[in-house]
Amino acid sequence: MTTTTTTTTTTAPDAITSSELLSVVASRELAARRTVFAGIGLPTLATELAHLTVAPEIEVVYESGVCGAHPSHLPETIADAVLITGAEAVLSMPALFGCVLQGGHIDVGFLGAAQIDRWGNLNTSVIGDWDSPSVRLPGSGGGIEVMANSREVFVVMRRHNPRSFTGNLDFCTTPGPDRALAEGIRPLGAGVTRVITELGILARAGVGEELRLVAVHPGVTVEQVRAATGWDLKVADTVDTVPPPTAAELRLLREDVDPGRVYLR
Amino acid sequence: MATTDRKDKTMSMKAAIAAFVHDGGTVCLEGFTHLVPTAAGHEIIRQGRRDLTVVRMTADIVVDQMIAAGCVSRLVSSFVGNSSAGSLGELRRRIETGEPAPLAFEEYSHYGMICRYLAGAQRLPFHPLRSYGGSDLPSVNSGLRKVTSPYPGPDGEPEQIYVVPPVNPDVTIIHAQRADRSGNTQMWGLTGIQAEAVYAAEKAIVVVEEIVDDEVIRSDPNRTLVPAHAVDAVVVCPRGAHPSFAQGYYDRDNAFYRAWSHISKDPQRLQDWLAEWVLGTADHAEYVDRLGEEFWAGLAVGEALSLPVNYGRRL
Repeated sequence: MTTTTTTTTTTAPDAITSSELLSVVASRELAARRTVFAGIGLPTLATELAHLTVAPEIEVVYESGVCGAHPSHLPETIADAVLITGAEAVLSMPALFGCVLQGGHIDVGFLGAAQIDRWGNLNTSVIGDWDSPSVRLPGSGGGIEVMANSREVFVVMRRHNPRSFTGNLDFCTTPGPDRALAEGIRPLGAGVTRVITELGILARAGVGEELRLVAVHPGVTVEQVRAATGWDLKVADTVDTVPPPTAAELRLLREDVDPGRVYLR
Repeated sequence: MATTDRKDKTMSMKAAIAAFVHDGGTVCLEGFTHLVPTAAGHEIIRQGRRDLTVVRMTADIVVDQMIAAGCVSRLVSSFVGNSSAGSLGELRRRIETGEPAPLAFEEYSHYGMICRYLAGAQRLPFHPLRSYGGSDLPSVNSGLRKVTSPYPGPDGEPEQIYVVPPVNPDVTIIHAQRADRSGNTQMWGLTGIQAEAVYAAEKAIVVVEEIVDDEVIRSDPNRTLVPAHAVDAVVVCPRGAHPSFAQGYYDRDNAFYRAWSHISKDPQRLQDWLAEWVLGTADHAEYVDRLGEEFWAGLAVGEALSLPVNYGRRL
């Protein structure tokens, strides 16, 4: 407005949307990771941004079977034609799910859910009773396989409230390793290790551990997060404040990753 | 050189559906977001089939339409959503309220469905997979069962593993870019689970964008994912995968996917849509015409040719 002659004028911090915040935070968590199984939307933004920043060697494997995509435009779905043209490989379903996923080649799988519990178990099937649900959700898709076979799983949840972060899932579609082990099945991966929300970051290292609050966004209090969580949320000894997106991260996200703001709504 | 003396299996869509899809039967429609056999689903609606069991990994718009038309009593699937564009209104109504009639739903995961096709195609009694441990799905789906491996696990101890049963549809219908008249079917881009779904079935209908000469197929045999011996009918139906896409032929109609969430939310609007676009058209050619040239120009794609490979020939 006044006599601003400095450089970063397009990235006023107060203009950061929740999509931008979640994408930037998720991208940082992908540092040093190589193979990511991701859907479309925020995971796409996070992995593309990570590729330009903390994880230059990252490779995205899409649930449609595309590996090493070089899309000319930002894909609208996991099966967008632009993901196929110019891709390094396109796999059949048995190869993708059998060899790549169950064969143990995925470092990080991204999943979403309607409900998550303290162990990182997920519900994507029904709200209410299975036989006569109040909401019929899409179901597992490949979620069960992503959870069972990825080395670790990141969950990005836009809404952080007690209905989504629940003490008791209405239905467990996608179990974490603790539930699997209780049934005598040894899963390959650690299950959910990061949950990234509008309030902060929950984390767990693996089997036997509950999710705990490890970081909050600036201006968010620990009590606020605990109140928004439907179980008695454990809190790490030191709760960090998530550094806000930098001007450089926002510029890459807005100008290089999603200039058409397809997902940056 | 003898040209092929294989049987000509080309049929009209009407004749193929009449011959191979019967009331009470199990029909598999495959195509993972790409090459969805929509036109075949519409013809099933036109012919008024009833009490079908539909098997499809990603139950999407065409399945919602078939349910709304009263064709489907049972659905076997691993994802019941309108891609990433929203909900399937009719499917949700039937499951959430049982209105206007209930829908039986057998829920699997993607790899569970894949393994069912693999077991079905190979006529195996089951297929093991490292999924479902700790899930609530086995409590609502008796097809998901746990066995003890006959071999010791990595730690030398007995190993438990889930298995899924084979699926053997009465007929599998897929859509592909091209085939010859005998059914040698070539696909590229996302090829999903189509080949396994065809081999799992008793009969198979292949719907294609175009029929090509034998020489075209034989110039690139590795691209033939479904050979003629597995195919019972070849149906030429250009743009028959709309609103999904055919790589290299036309793009996905993303606007219609978004619109479907609204159309299907209102039962009357959905029935009006079916009356106009499916029951009100004689066949898919009329549906294509009614959409108009300008519409199709909006889904046109440019050229991105693969480079030829050298199969070599003995000198």
